[in-house]
Amino acid sequence: MGSVITVVSVALVVAGAAAALFWLVRGRRGFGTPADRAAYATLHSASLAAPPLRDGLDPESARRAARHLRELLGTPALAVIGDGELLAWEGPGRRHAAQAVAHAKDATDAGRPWVVPAEEIHCGDDRCPVRSAVVVPLMVDGLVVGALSVYARQVSAGLVRAAGEVAHWMISQLELAELDRSRTRMIEAELRALRAQISPHFVYNSLTAIASFVRTDPDQARELLLEFAELTRYSLRRHGQFSTLAEELRSVDRYLRLERARFGARLRVDLLIAPEVLPVAVPFLCLQPIVENAVRHGLGPKQTPGRITIRAEDTGAECRISVEDDGVGMDPEDVRMRLAGEDDGDSLGLGNVDERLRAVFGDEYGLVVETAPGAGTKVNVRVPKYRNGVRAS
Amino acid sequence: MNPALGFTALAVVLVATVAVGVYGLRLSRATSDFYVASREVSPLWNASAIGGEYLSAASFLGVAGLLMAYGVDMLAYPVGYTAGYLVLLLLVAAPLRRSGAYTLPDFAEERLGSTAVRKVASVFVAVIAWLYLVPQLQGAGLTLETVTGAPRWAGAVVVAAAVTGVSAAGGMRSVTLVQGFHFWLKLTAIAVPAVFLVLAWRSAGTPSLTAPDVPRFPRTTAVDIDQRVTFDVTAPVTITVSGGLDGTSYGMEHAPGGGQRLVRVRLVAGAHTAAAGSTLTFPEGVPVPHKAGTEPATGARWASPLSGAGGRGHPLYAVYSVLLATFLGTMGLPHVLVRFYTNPDGRAARRTTLLVLILLSGFYLLPPVYGALGRIFAPQLLLTGQTDTAVLVLPQITQGGEAGRLLGALATAGAFAAFVSTASGLTVSVAGVVSQDLLRGSTRGFRWASLAAAVPPLVMTVATPGLPVADAIGLAFAVAASSFCPLLVLGIWWRGLTDLGALLGLVAGGGLAAVAVVLTSVRGTGGGWSAALLEQPAAWTVPIAFAVMVTGSLLTRGRISAAAVDRVMLRMHLPEEVGAQPEPGRPGVPVHRV
Repeated sequence: MGSVITVVSVALVVAGAAAALFWLVRGRRGFGTPADRAAYATLHSASLAAPPLRDGLDPESARRAARHLRELLGTPALAVIGDGELLAWEGPGRRHAAQAVAHAKDATDAGRPWVVPAEEIHCGDDRCPVRSAVVVPLMVDGLVVGALSVYARQVSAGLVRAAGEVAHWMISQLELAELDRSRTRMIEAELRALRAQISPHFVYNSLTAIASFVRTDPDQARELLLEFAELTRYSLRRHGQFSTLAEELRSVDRYLRLERARFGARLRVDLLIAPEVLPVAVPFLCLQPIVENAVRHGLGPKQTPGRITIRAEDTGAECRISVEDDGVGMDPEDVRMRLAGEDDGDSLGLGNVDERLRAVFGDEYGLVVETAPGAGTKVNVRVPKYRNGVRAS
Repeated sequence: MNPALGFTALAVVLVATVAVGVYGLRLSRATSDFYVASREVSPLWNASAIGGEYLSAASFLGVAGLLMAYGVDMLAYPVGYTAGYLVLLLLVAAPLRRSGAYTLPDFAEERLGSTAVRKVASVFVAVIAWLYLVPQLQGAGLTLETVTGAPRWAGAVVVAAAVTGVSAAGGMRSVTLVQGFHFWLKLTAIAVPAVFLVLAWRSAGTPSLTAPDVPRFPRTTAVDIDQRVTFDVTAPVTITVSGGLDGTSYGMEHAPGGGQRLVRVRLVAGAHTAAAGSTLTFPEGVPVPHKAGTEPATGARWASPLSGAGGRGHPLYAVYSVLLATFLGTMGLPHVLVRFYTNPDGRAARRTTLLVLILLSGFYLLPPVYGALGRIFAPQLLLTGQTDTAVLVLPQITQGGEAGRLLGALATAGAFAAFVSTASGLTVSVAGVVSQDLLRGSTRGFRWASLAAAVPPLVMTVATPGLPVADAIGLAFAVAASSFCPLLVLGIWWRGLTDLGALLGLVAGGGLAAVAVVLTSVRGTGGGWSAALLEQPAAWTVPIAFAVMVTGSLLTRGRISAAAVDRVMLRMHLPEEVGAQPEPGRPGVPVHRV
């Protein structure tokens, strides 16, 4: 028995070590012809330089990309210039860094590649490899955002060509960065639109409901007004794409109190919340539109008392939230159109919530709606508990 | 023990667990009281939940067992298990809660921005959880064997299957409530019989625990041998035997004067082997033969620190290594971190940790009572080597009749609660990590991951039955202390940590500790320095891990992005009350507490 265990354990350890070793060297093994290897090396440098550039052009990203760009071009030194200042200098001859912006000026003014002759650069030190340069402007959407200066002993036609190609590749990465940014801006714009979308019906209904209490039950009226004030402050707050589930539920809670002031005993609400998921970060205002939908479209047209059940459960790496009503239900086709954003009529933001969830967490995290006419509606939301960059503020 | 009573205890624990899990969620079903705030978990309840999940079979059964066999040096375990939370409180609790990380891999990614470190951290989470599950399953097997006489592996299989099933079906719904309930159940189950135990000790005339004499049978004692055991007899003794002993099978013989009686055998000094299923009856007052590999210690030696009582070598090194492993390993246990997230903020996390310290300190006063009094009331456990069952059998040995059986059933219920709560907590956390990082986070993936979480430890349990429960837990702590402790401490308190340095440190420290664990479980415990170093690796693997991580980070200093480090550090160390974090380019927005 003992020896069997020994053999099995040793075999496992050896197999594990071999697998780890294979994994480590897999990418580095020399194979193929020298030309193949050169191509692989070039692609590898390019793939390493890409992620920093995808963050846009700033000193941090330029510094991290410059190292790989220099390997890609095989030149002694290069500089990345952005908007009239030096972002990064890579390689020897640092004393030339001060003039790098001046060297790039002609190229950025002209908007095309420019060779800087040796007279303007050479410092008199024969060992210094920085003698002449080719500068390629980086243009995104027709605007010069910076320049790539490649320094060498002697600028050849080949180097000019290579510098041009590398600059071209950098520009495509920067354009992708711009695309990312505009996508973020779009989400923010949608969020702003949603904030402004507190339904006028709701404001009107709430205020009339409160008014009806002013004489009969002034304390209740005061409470409700305060709830209303808090709700508007939360919904109209200006910062942050994300909030915690606890904050979202608190806001839903206020919303439902106001609705119950109007519906009275016709609206019953059950909350089944696992305390473990309360601090999870969720997109700001992702629950209220769903609950509002349940109240207005599910229970509003219904004459008998209705019930809304809000659940939040902890399922390991994810948190599952569902909002269920026993109202009149919806036509599935209707829901599909609304989620696809084709129904621009009385949309209460289900599509907006769906879109933001997908934009933040990926397509597999969209809303799942279970409904049929007369059968009530259940909207399911899944949120990963942790996602890099997602944080409640 | 009466099997029916044992099964009843098991059933009651399971039914109560399910009831609390279901009812706990229903508890929040209310239409008038609607505030979300009322659903936040109070620090006391959260601390109970942490205690419930933390107090495993090793704490409930193993501490008493080790203490009984190897003397007061073994107090290092309960001291370390508790003090680990002090280190956690001082260095990790609040910043970790603020960091927003749910699991250790989350923390690695958040702090270092590297998916490679995240993957390695996931692997270590799985390894540590497996090592931690082994003693839970061992404890399950031991308990079921003691209670019902089922074979040792049966209990392990039953619990592994139950826990995997529950986890795969969606986990326990209201985990915090269930675990909190389990803590108080375990505390009751160990405290009430302990009171009766002390009363029994007093009514027996308070026999000295530190007498200059080896343990002796207090009365004529029939010892049932469940598993084949070899033991050393120090002085010749005549006993009666039924079943196999030293290769001979004994039965009844004719008594002079008619009738039948058991065969009487004279044991000479030296090693003897009893077969499973045999019963040896020793006369009153003879010294208890000890299981081969352990040696009898006088009460005085047993009670004096660093004496190496029970035959363990290098006590000074071993004690310090255990202390280091448990002090620093607690923060790296996969199921501990998850609980902290239930706190609303960093301050509550600190308060919770303080309460955990108090609750655990209270609990750990009790197992040593069983360990010490076990030497007086149940010394035959030293012969069979099953000292881990002391907590289960002592109540019935000291209290006769119905009361003893009920107390025994209570202790059994506590033991079941111990390994069910820890095993389910671990299975869920490791299944979460495995499914997220290795199977791309689908529900189906989570089910497979639950299986992946439970099967390797089950195999390990069946393959290595000999290791004492608390020792096996110690190895899990050693791996955690040599991998995640440096990552957390340096990650939270040192700006200079780089992804490459962290990766190297994790692999070097955790890897060495894991190799030591594998070697120990393969070759078993033994004497000599090499064995001591391998059995308690923390004393050398933890410094190595720290050194590699620091050196590696200093050598790769260029990889630090100052802006990113600033952001993470600010988030971890700035108390929430100081202000909401301003977005870049916008002034800070003050927080209004309503």
